[in-house]
Parts: sequence; structure tokens; C-alpha cells
Amino acid sequence: MSPLDLLVAAPLAFMVASLVVGRGGRWLILAASPAMLALSAWLVALPPDAAHLVGDWELPLGILLRADGVARLLVPATSLCFVAVGLYAWHEFSPKSGRETARAHTFWPLLYLMWGGSNAGYLTTDLFNLYVTIEMVSLAAVAMAAMGSLAAGLQYFLIALVGSLAYLLGVALLAAHYDTVDATLLAIHARPDLPTLLAITVMTAGLLVKTALFPLHGWLPPAHAAAPAPASALLSAVVVKLGFVIILRLWFEAFAEVVRPAAMHLLGGMGALAILYGSIQAIRQERLKSLVAYSTVAQLGYLFLAFPLISNAPNPAEPWAAVLVHAVAHMLAKAAMFLAAGLMLKAVAGERISDLAGLARAMPLSVTAFALAAISLTGLPPSGGFTAKFLLLHAAIEQGSVVYAAVLVIGGLLGAVYLFRPLSVACSGSAAPVVKAEAPLRVAAPLALAALAVALGFAGMMLIELSSLSAPPAAAGPLPAEPGR
Amino acid sequence: MMTAVPLALVLLPLIPAIISFALPERLAGWRNAANLFVALIKVLIVADLLRQVRSGVDLEWRYTILPGHDFLLRVDTLALLFVSLSVFLWLVTTIYAIGYFGRGPNLARFFGFFNLCVLAATGVALSGTAVTFFLFYELLTLATWPLVVHNGDEKSLRAGRIYLAYTLAGSAAFLVGILWLKTLVGSIEFTAPPDLSAVPPLTLTLIFVLCVGGLGVKAALVPFHGWLPAAMAAPAPVSALLHAVAVVKAGAFGIVRMIYDVYGIGTVAELGLGPPLAALASFTILYGSLRAVMQTEIKKRLAYSTVSQVSYIVLGASLVGPFAVIGGLVHLVHQGIMKITLFLCAGALSNRLGIKAVADLDGAGRRMPVTMAAFSIGALGMIGVPPVAGFISKWYLGIGGLQSDASWVVAVLAGSSLLNAAYFLPMLYRAWLLPPPEQAAFRELGTASDRMLVLPAVVTAAASLAAGVFASSSFSPLTWAKLIAEMGYLK
Repeated sequence: MSPLDLLVAAPLAFMVASLVVGRGGRWLILAASPAMLALSAWLVALPPDAAHLVGDWELPLGILLRADGVARLLVPATSLCFVAVGLYAWHEFSPKSGRETARAHTFWPLLYLMWGGSNAGYLTTDLFNLYVTIEMVSLAAVAMAAMGSLAAGLQYFLIALVGSLAYLLGVALLAAHYDTVDATLLAIHARPDLPTLLAITVMTAGLLVKTALFPLHGWLPPAHAAAPAPASALLSAVVVKLGFVIILRLWFEAFAEVVRPAAMHLLGGMGALAILYGSIQAIRQERLKSLVAYSTVAQLGYLFLAFPLISNAPNPAEPWAAVLVHAVAHMLAKAAMFLAAGLMLKAVAGERISDLAGLARAMPLSVTAFALAAISLTGLPPSGGFTAKFLLLHAAIEQGSVVYAAVLVIGGLLGAVYLFRPLSVACSGSAAPVVKAEAPLRVAAPLALAALAVALGFAGMMLIELSSLSAPPAAAGPLPAEPGR
Repeated sequence: MMTAVPLALVLLPLIPAIISFALPERLAGWRNAANLFVALIKVLIVADLLRQVRSGVDLEWRYTILPGHDFLLRVDTLALLFVSLSVFLWLVTTIYAIGYFGRGPNLARFFGFFNLCVLAATGVALSGTAVTFFLFYELLTLATWPLVVHNGDEKSLRAGRIYLAYTLAGSAAFLVGILWLKTLVGSIEFTAPPDLSAVPPLTLTLIFVLCVGGLGVKAALVPFHGWLPAAMAAPAPVSALLHAVAVVKAGAFGIVRMIYDVYGIGTVAELGLGPPLAALASFTILYGSLRAVMQTEIKKRLAYSTVSQVSYIVLGASLVGPFAVIGGLVHLVHQGIMKITLFLCAGALSNRLGIKAVADLDGAGRRMPVTMAAFSIGALGMIGVPPVAGFISKWYLGIGGLQSDASWVVAVLAGSSLLNAAYFLPMLYRAWLLPPPEQAAFRELGTASDRMLVLPAVVTAAASLAAGVFASSSFSPLTWAKLIAEMGYLK
């Protein structure tokens, strides 16, 4: 057995186990957490080109699991999110009565399904296999979203279905055209002909819908804001990253030779608009969880803004690392922020930002977790978010792309505007509101995640080294013309 | 020499910060003790460093954070000028803050962030590369924000918003500037100024404007000064140490670094960047003084006075002549000790007597004579009356202006001094010569808490006097500023 197999198999085994034990399902997280963290650590420590064929079938028939840079960064980060969310939810979804019991039964199998699915998604190179993982994650995500609002869940379901079908269509096209759907093999054989371009287009479009890149983001804020806090945390932190990683793999690994610079700028432009639009919407929100959800729309923009920066860079390793670090930092910080928001809103039994008045005194630990997460999301130093945005800004200035540099700076400032608002409200008032005392163990989950997001700022060299294990994207030839130059 | 001493010096305030955050309010005594103890240790370390650096020892600590970006802490003469000022004033202000707040809400938070601010200010001083400087500069913004909104009322929250809007925008401009420069010339280390000869002058000018403009926000250069008067909503110890010293000094210090250690005097002169900056600084000096005359609230008046006085440092740096350099650098210290005296006194007056407006000062000299005596020394120093320290600064700046063929500087200094007199002398007149309103007898130094509130200002006032009287002694700020100028910039 290799850790690559186990990272996929273990969560699925826990899913089955949680279905079997029913009411006591929440206890399994105490076993799953150390096991999965140990497996993630093992993954990071594997030799540089570690890969594993499932069942020892050779390509193109078999399935290749691979420990590349993307997997080594994102699998541990997702596992940390799942562990923290699981420990937080251990309390929230304990069997009590009525509806709570139903949630306590359903939440845990969904959590493990999503966990296994996203791990498989980061490790595999087979595009059809990726389809299966997307479906696993989407299924769990839709069900979790439906826990908060049935309407939002249904809308999400339809969108996810359309996205999956589009992706599957592309996979079918490729299979018919190349007789393989393995990304490593496609990288060798891909030609820029019509079926290939069509396949890339529909696959990317389907994935963009699922990743909620502006202007395809409409379903995200209602679904993420309505779900219970642990579910919101997973939806915003983990689920949307999978679609992004697959696009990243398609564009820079499988079809690096086929994709045109103009297409890179199209994605980059959408990312830039997402940053501006998401930030402005976040500023306008009155409810805390909507604000955090719109912040996800904005932060996802950075992931795509990086595409043209990577493809144009004389030294692509840095923006490549930046985009992965951003994905990791956003995962940790966003999960922390949703969990902290959940604690605070539950304590004051409200949902508006104005309900937080004075909480800095009553719930200092939760507010600290929120603040640390905000530092990383805004991109203030020292934090993983800062490292990522710093490298992106550096790349943008190096390439002379004024527009992207300006969006990066403005996005950071807008981020400060919307994230300091709840903090400012929390610091207001001279009398502390009376709330139930913070349970140190529950607040530990968001606090640890947020502290990690900040601590990433000190580990820049290690992150860059890990990310360089992925097939570094091909260096661009002469710089193409770009907007704003 | 690679050593962890600079790192330890920067990180030392983490200990009292963590203790302050963690201890419950009923153990406030232990918290205060920890704060004072570490502040004292830091003073001792810095005293030793002063001795070492003077004998030519070179201490640094380096760590690569990102490819091509080193995190470098370095103890040099200019860094020590700022560090010794901040550790001395930190100790004084800690004592004062304990007396000022007594027992109130949110004090754990206050002392925690207060220590983080000191950490950031020390980091700003010791930074050896532009990126390191930026990291601490931004941390300083973050750590001061909770102190600005400390009171939690609408006024403080608004001040907090204005503060963030100004400073974050400023930092962003500065970051773009240094990244731009970095992509053109490689790593920017203060000890090894980059070779700028290959960069087109226009680009260099633009980068200079971005960087100095960004730094000018914290240095409160007009028109980026708006946050400073608003931030006076913070409690007095915050106004005293942070706004009079740490934050504005970080900006001014950054500008000094840009001019001397990144661009170099030669390049600044070639590009013709000195005169416009000197003009802007002069305008700020006069404008700040003029606005100060118009204020009726004591803290607001002092805030505009800060706007004006900090620009002396920028003026000295931008004139790039030997005496102007010394005058600007020495004013970094002189302005710090004089202005903190004034703020500490203003805080004591409002805390004990409820005096907030200039009009309430009538007879304050009779009710709190010790405090008002310290205030008077600070005020006379600001006007430039010898032998208080402010006179030395203005003297050197004036001669520096003449040396650099900018005799108009003398006129600016004279005008500013007149305006300073116009807003400080009426305050002294009211306090000493007008009768107090009928009120119960007041004992200024009755309790230990009173003494902790009043005596720090006496110490800094004495220091302002000593820095002027003993200016030529071997340990005065002036001697140190001359040393910096000789070792670094006037070769």
C-alpha cells in the first residue's frame, strides 16, 4: 500500500464506517484526524517523483496517482481543514433532537465522501477519474448546502450538474480523439485542432461554473452563506479549489502547448473582475456570512488572475508557487473565518455584522481567529496570503502589466475595507455583551487554522520548493501584447 | 557578524505581549511588572549595543524568506538612533500608561498591542532591506489599529477607519515602489545601495515619488496628514508614544533611508528630487503650525504641531548638506522627547483635572505645577528657545540650509518658530498667569498612581533640557547624529 492509495481509500472507509455506526458517527473523527494528518505528512515526505499505479495496471488502462507539488501542498491543507471542521462539528452535530439528529447522521458520511473525493482529485492524472472525483465532491457539497437552504441547495445542484456534464462532454471528445484521457499522456500528444480546443473550452467552462469564477459565481453566495458554519467552511475553503486545480492542470500540464496567450488573458481578466466585483459586493453586505461568501468570490479571482502571469513570466516558478500558496492560504483562512463567524453569530443569536458589537471583549479568542484569518485574506504581512500576493505583484510588475498590478493593489485595499468592518464593530462599545463563555476546545479549531495561515508567511522557501515539484509550466517565448500596456 | 542579538532585540516585546494577552485582569500587577521588567532589559541591551557599534562592531541577522528577498536585521548607527529613542520612551510610557489607566476595561488588549507596536518599531529601525522594512512598517499599522479604536466609541472607530485608509494606501504605494525598483536593480539592501545608473531617470523619479509618497503618509506630510489629528481619539499613552514618536518616525525614518541608503545623496541631487521634497516639507512645517494655531483642543493642537515638527526631519534629509543631515537626524530624537513630554502632560491634565481645551488651562500651573513645568520646557523647546533641545535642531537645520544654498530655509524656520510661539505661549500664559476657576484643592503627587502619571513627563522634560545643554558631550543625540553623518553620508 502506498500513502497515495490510502489517502483516497481511508476517507471512504471512514464514510462507510460512519454510515454503519449511525448516531455515534461523530466519534470517528477522533480516529480519522490523526490518521489523515499522518498520511498527509507521509505524502509530503515521499521522494520527489513518487507515483503509483492503482492495481498496477499500466497507462492508458490504469489510473496513475502522483505526488506532485500541487498534491503535496493541497492535500495536507485540505486535510487540516477537514480535521479542524470535523473537530468543530463534533460539537455542533452531536445527536440531540429532531432536525439536529438528521444532520448529525448525514453530515459525517458527507464529510468523508468530500474528503476522499478531493484527495483523489489532487492526486490523479486521469481526466475521467477526475470527473468521478468532481461528482463525489459535488454530491457531498450539494447535500451540505441543502442543510442550510433547500432552495440554495437545489440551485447549486442544477449548476453543478450542468458543470459536470460540460466537463464530461469534453472528456468524451478527448477520449474519442486521442484514445486516452490521462493528462500526462495528453501532454505529449495534444495538437491544437478543433476537437481539442472545443474539448478544453467546454471542460474549462464546466469547471469555472463549479469554481464560481465571476460572472459564473451567482450560486455561491446564497449557498455558502445559508449553510451551517462547518458546511460553509468546507464549501468555501475546499470544494471550489478542486475545479480550479483541474483547470490549472488542464491548462499548464495537459495542454500547455495548445492554450493561446489570449485565452490566458481572458481567464486573467475574469479573475481581475472577480476580485473587484466580489470585494465591492462584500463591502455592501450587511450579514456577516454573506460578506465572507463574497470574499470567496473575490479571492477566487486571484487564482485566475495568476494564469497570464504564470504563462508570461520569464521565471514562472514564482507566480506558479504564488497561486498554489494562495490556494492553501485561502483554504486555511477561509475555513477559519467561517468557523469563527459561526461561533460569534451563534453566541449573539444574530446574523448581521452589527450584531457583533462589543464581541472583542466577550469572545476575544473567536475575534482573534477572525482577525488572523482576515490578515491572511487581505494579504497583510506576515501571512501566507501576503506571500502569495507579494509574489503575484512582483510578477505583474516584472512583466510590466499595469492592469494586473493595479487590480492586485486595489483588491488588497478593498479586502481591508470589508474585513476590517466586522472587526471594527467587534471592537466597538464600552460594555461587553453577555454571551455564553467561549468553549476553548471549539474555538481552538478556527484559531489553529488562522494561525497556520499566518504562519505560512514564514515558510515561503519551503512552499516554493514544494510547489516546484509540479511540472513547472513551460516558459513563454516572446511576451505577447497584453491589455494595459 | 552574524548574530541573533538583533532578532532577540526585536522579538523581546513578544514576551510581555503574550503575558499581557493571557493574564486575567485580576493579575494586573504581574502584567505591569512583566511590562516594566522587559522594557528595562531592552534599555540595557540597547545601551550595550550603543557601546559596541560605536567601537565599530557590525551585527546582523539574515534569513531568506523568498527567493531574492532576504529578511535582514542589522544594527547600524542610524538604526540605533531610532532604537534608543524608542526603548527609552517605551519604558517611560509604560510607567505612564500604568498610572494613566489604573484599572479599566480592555487593558490586557492595550498592553498586548502596545508591545507589538514596540516590536514593529524596533523592527523598522533595524531593517536592513527594503522588504524587511516594509514587513515591519505594515505590522506597525496593524498593531496600532486596535489602540486607535481602544475606546470603542464612534469617534475612535471613525479614527480607526481613517487611519487604515491612509496608512494601507500609503504602504501599498511604497510596496509597488520597492518591488518596481527590485525588478530593475535586484535586491535593495541599505548597506549596499543598488546601482541605479542603468535605470532611466524618469522611472527613478516615479519610484521615488511612490516610495516617499507612501512613506509620507505615516510621516504626515501634507496632503497625507489627515489621519494624525483624527487618531487623537486614542488614549493619551497611545497618542504620546505612537503618534508623536513611533508611527510618524517610522515614516520619516523610511524617507531618510530612501534618500541616503537606497538612492544615495548623489542620485537624489542628480535627479533634482531634493528641492521639491524640501519645498513640500517646508510647506508642511508652515501649514501644520498654522493649523495648530487654529485648534482649541489641546491634543488636536499638539497633533498639528507634530505634523509640522516631523517635517523638520524630512527637510533636513532633503537638503542633503552636512549640517542639514545632522539637524534632521538629531531632530528625530529631539522632537520625540519634547513631543512626548507635551502629550504625557496633556494626558495627565485631562485624566486628573478633565482639562481638554486650551481655554480650560487657566491656572493649571497652580493646580499641577510639576506637570505644567514639564509642559513648559517641552513647549519652549518646540519654539526653539535655547538651551532646550529644539534649539539645536533648528540651529543645525538653518546652517544646513545656508550651506545648501537654500537660504529660504532660514525664513521657513523663523516663520515656524513664530507660529510655534503663537500657539504655545498663550497656553503657558493661561496656565501660569491666569487664576484657576474655583475648585477644590488638588494634590498632584498624592498617590503612587499620580506619581507614575506625572513623573515620566518630568524625566522626558529633563532629557529634552539635557540634550540641549550637554549637546557637545560624547553621549548626546547630537554627537551620535554627527557620528552617523560622518560614518555614512558625508564621505
